[in-house]
Amino acid sequence: MRGAAIVAGFALRESLRRRVFIVVALLTVGFLALYGLGTWQIAKDADQIGGVDSGSGVETRTLAGATLLGLSMFATLFLGAILAVFVTLNAVRGDAERGLLQPLLVRPLPRATFLLGRFAAAASVCAAYVIVVFLASAVLTEVFVDWWPDRVVVPALELAAAIAVLCVLALAGSVVLSSTANGIAIFMLFGAGLTAGLLGQIGEALSSDTLERVSKIASWALPFEALYQTALQSITADTFGFTRLAIDLGPFGGAQTFGAALAPFALVYVAVVGAAALWAFRRRDL
Amino acid sequence: MPALAVQDLRKRYGAVEALKGVELTVDEGELVGLLGPNGAGKSTLVKIACGLVRASGGSATIAGAPAGSAAANRSLGYLAELFRFPDWLSADELLALHQRLSGSDGGARERGELLELVGLGEVPDRRVGAMSKGMQQRLGIAQAMIGAPKLLLLDEPTSALDPAGRRTVRRLLEQLRERGVAVLLNSHLLSEVELVCDRVAIIARGEVVAAGSPAELSQPGGVEIETGSGTRRFEHATREQVPQLVRELVAAGEDVYEVRVVRSTLEDTYLDLVGGR
Repeated sequence: MRGAAIVAGFALRESLRRRVFIVVALLTVGFLALYGLGTWQIAKDADQIGGVDSGSGVETRTLAGATLLGLSMFATLFLGAILAVFVTLNAVRGDAERGLLQPLLVRPLPRATFLLGRFAAAASVCAAYVIVVFLASAVLTEVFVDWWPDRVVVPALELAAAIAVLCVLALAGSVVLSSTANGIAIFMLFGAGLTAGLLGQIGEALSSDTLERVSKIASWALPFEALYQTALQSITADTFGFTRLAIDLGPFGGAQTFGAALAPFALVYVAVVGAAALWAFRRRDL
Repeated sequence: MPALAVQDLRKRYGAVEALKGVELTVDEGELVGLLGPNGAGKSTLVKIACGLVRASGGSATIAGAPAGSAAANRSLGYLAELFRFPDWLSADELLALHQRLSGSDGGARERGELLELVGLGEVPDRRVGAMSKGMQQRLGIAQAMIGAPKLLLLDEPTSALDPAGRRTVRRLLEQLRERGVAVLLNSHLLSEVELVCDRVAIIARGEVVAAGSPAELSQPGGVEIETGSGTRRFEHATREQVPQLVRELVAAGEDVYEVRVVRSTLEDTYLDLVGGR
């Protein structure tokens, strides 16, 4: 554990020294400013979005707030994915090819400890990041649209878990792929997950069991998407009726449910991907 | 117990057999030079000893512990041929990181001494990115010495150093020998190896083709005698035959001015063995 803490501290210090966090913080402030501007613009139409639409029975403020926060969650996960990819991109093969890894691994530092340290550093930073951005978005939504999500802690943790899954995938990718290939692969997986989610939304709208099944299988295979969908559901967990239907039909409704097995499955998924990465790492000549 | 014991070590990369049953021992306090052409398997051998590369067969132990184990890695220091250190770390921070990883409790004193030893005592706060290649190589040697290892594995440690830097490293190696530290020095610089090493192993095509002290590997090249009628060459004669040869020449009426026992250099032996000429 001591070795893992040293490696994690080293990785975090590198990100600090290379000003990765400053760049991320500045870009995030920019994103939140734009998000705030957007919600403020919508808030100017408060009369139109307030109350219940007499024709459809939809609570327009809830619809607007949930959709805007859902959009922010999508962007938050995307920004978190970028961060996850960049802090793990070179972790193994990239650093080994540059001769940076060998001096560390000839110390009494088992390869499992090294991977654990790198995962701990990446997952803790990225998880903290998505939680902070999600909470900031929720506060902005409350301030400008006067809508607060039905659940806050649970979706924040689900987003954090989603980003931890992406971290372990990126770290495993760094064992077998070069830096560029790994970055491309992880973003393609990320895109595949999001596409699966959208497919589920379309399947829900069209009442297509096949599309919904395909989406569900893909989301289990890439559980960051299932966790993201579940987080979207959580922010309107106590919303029912026509408003629920309207939210589900939108792009950020989180139409699919994955049940109580998702959290333990995600945990096992991370462990299995981590074990596979370690197996490949132990076989790799450096 | 030897600092490094390699027995029947084999490594195969696909169809290429990089090591074909290498046998090598480095005893405590011994300085052994590993010579060989590019692609001979020298770096592979060193990397297996460090646990960076998995052997296909045979064994390598460091101070009795299997190569690659935590116990083995605690006993060794390593400088790779193609190494890099994070450019954002200062010299002192790099050594501190390796102290934490190796469990060394030497603290600032050990770091200061090592930096002084390799001639970087004046620049502990200089970042690696602002150092010349030679300075980085000196820092690499200091890094390898963190935690007072029993065995140092140095892969081309002087390749980027100027003559003064090489002399510093030579002195350093001699000091290490006095302290009982074993060193396996992988180098292309035959003259350097000849100057400092107790023993030399020449490796070619994945096999040790010769091993011994530099003097043993410098083969006899006969005797040359300067006489009044010119230089007489006795190609197969040895040092022990010199008095007899001189007596015979004098008896034959020759004036003898000088006698030279000719030895081939380590370079000659090396080139003969690896097929360089």
